[in-house]
Amino acid sequence: MSDVLAITEHRRGELRDVSYELITAGRQLADDLGGDLHLAVISGDVSGFADHLNREGVDTIHTVDEGEEFNHDVYTQVITQLYDDLQPGAVVMPNSVNGLDYAPAVANHLSLPLVTDAIDFAADGALEVTREQYGSKVETTVEVDADHVALTIRPGEWPAAEGTGDADIVSFDASIDESAVKSTVTGFEEVGGGDVDITEADILVSVGRGIKEEENIELVEKLADALGATLSSSRPIVDNGWLPKNRQVGQSGKVVTPDVYIAIGISGAVQHVAGMKGADTIIAINTDPNAPIFDIADYGIVDDLFDVVPALTEQFQ
Amino acid sequence: MKVLVTVKEVAEVEDEFEIDGLKIDERYLDYDLNEWDDYAVEEGVQIAEENDDVEVVTVTIGPERAEETIRMALAKGADRAVRVWDDALEAADFVDVATKTDILAAVVEEEQPDLILTGVQASDDAFGATGVSLADAIDFEWAAVVNALDLDVEAGVANLRRELEGGIEELTDVDIPAVLTIQTGINEPRYASLRGIRQAQSKEIAPKSLGDLGLDASVIDSEITLTSMYEPESESDATIWEGSADETAGKLAEFLRDKGVGQA
Ligand SMILES: Cc1cc2nc3c(=O)[nH]c(=O)nc-3n(C[C@H](O)[C@H](O)[C@H](O)COP(=O)(O)OP(=O)(O)OC[C@H]3O[C@@H](n4cnc5c(N)ncnc54)[C@H](O)[C@@H]3O)c2cc1C
Repeated sequence: MSDVLAITEHRRGELRDVSYELITAGRQLADDLGGDLHLAVISGDVSGFADHLNREGVDTIHTVDEGEEFNHDVYTQVITQLYDDLQPGAVVMPNSVNGLDYAPAVANHLSLPLVTDAIDFAADGALEVTREQYGSKVETTVEVDADHVALTIRPGEWPAAEGTGDADIVSFDASIDESAVKSTVTGFEEVGGGDVDITEADILVSVGRGIKEEENIELVEKLADALGATLSSSRPIVDNGWLPKNRQVGQSGKVVTPDVYIAIGISGAVQHVAGMKGADTIIAINTDPNAPIFDIADYGIVDDLFDVVPALTEQFQ
Repeated sequence: MKVLVTVKEVAEVEDEFEIDGLKIDERYLDYDLNEWDDYAVEEGVQIAEENDDVEVVTVTIGPERAEETIRMALAKGADRAVRVWDDALEAADFVDVATKTDILAAVVEEEQPDLILTGVQASDDAFGATGVSLADAIDFEWAAVVNALDLDVEAGVANLRRELEGGIEELTDVDIPAVLTIQTGINEPRYASLRGIRQAQSKEIAPKSLGDLGLDASVIDSEITLTSMYEPESESDATIWEGSADETAGKLAEFLRDKGVGQA
């Protein structure tokens, strides 16, 4: 029998969605392994968070009252101590930005094999984990041949757990070695304000790296104008300084929910899709018929944007 | 001060490709410097330009072919390079995070850097874990997904920003020595100048085997094995408009008009 320990996530006083997804994923794994599901909630209003996290399928919630916000030095120490106490078969963490900041350290510290960004898994005897590679063009499975493993799961892949649970809520006294805490979070800042709010737009014409050169952005701007739409983009366009940060759609940009989203020369990387999959109608224009964007598109054109975009603009002039 | 930058040559897959067992058939792969590492190299070179006596060394786990990519990093201003490879690595289907950590830790032992920069992730296997795992192994402090960096060498502190989800940035101070995983957008990576390319030819790329680093082939043993690779079954129920660009644009225009778009 093997228990699962899942580490929940919160920021600025709110649990993040992935915390509830971790319950679903953790329960699935605990069922496969024939053990209990333990959650840990570290820092902040831990007892308030624990009440919210007490959903169906959770056996025990460990509250760790250490600091207000995420600090990876504290998290790493706490999880290591919890692990020593519980000896779970698996530690499941989010593949979020903060997950990226502590999960590999935890795995290394505990000498656990680490598989990140899981989109599925099954433990029937050995643990098989499904992942994506090459910008989602390929799926792989890896088998983990160990009794103990560290896993991170991709946000948005498991449904959020619902239903009220009857978990034991216990407080865990960690002993933090303050001299080993060598990072200090000094604040937060919201970025990407400015002239337009792409989250308000009904129609977004969104441009990606397929546009190749800064001069070519104009082509897509013209289309947006002709359609009365708002211009947005994938990350590389913003990284290149071709459009301001407030135009970026995605995990680290804005989450948008327009009626129509036209993705032009955008591959559909997971971090981009995280920002636009809620659009009502998704239309993709891309030369690559295998581009992952077509998996979530409702309509598509497999062709060169430099031919299609001007032709489309013409239709509206 | 010495800055060590991890540099990976990644494979990019062409639009159409075939999978051959656990690999994509070589014919369909193009090789390039990992996008995130390009920003890490630039950050290292900028640190060298802004401070006295900084040496920038790159480290790559990769075959001889990777030297083309390594030269690119050297042409952009890195001083010299280390490349780790041998038959055991060549034979492996899959090199896991723990193995990369052990290899890089051995390089750190030799080089004794003060700061290590890595990309947030490699675009091919997308594990996103090597930098932070390495930091734990060598007992350095760290920060992941760094999109702004102000290094106070005297105080021994890196003032940085971590880019969280949803357009929120975390401001964090981290003691050095540290490993920072670099996010795209932190800077504007330069193009290699002709002069840089010429100079790169005479810069050292030191090949190292596992043995040279005091490791043996057992470092590649892993509890994680790659068991399959396949093209994901398309969940797509997208309607694909066919025809010439004019025809498809016409169909899309009709669709948009039906939705009331463009009729202001
Ligand atoms: C922690 C983290 C956070 C991130 N946050 C975000 C985010 O918020 N938003 C975001 O977008 N990305 C984000 N990314 C980056 C993401 O992983 C991808 O790198 C990025 O989305 C790729 O952008 P793209 O689709 O424009 O470029 P690419 O992936 O390079 O795709 C370009 C596409 O254009 C097509 N194309 C090329 N030429 C033509 C042509 N002539 N006509 C038509 N099509 C053409 C190609 O077939 C390809 O599909 C993040 C990454 C990380 C690690």
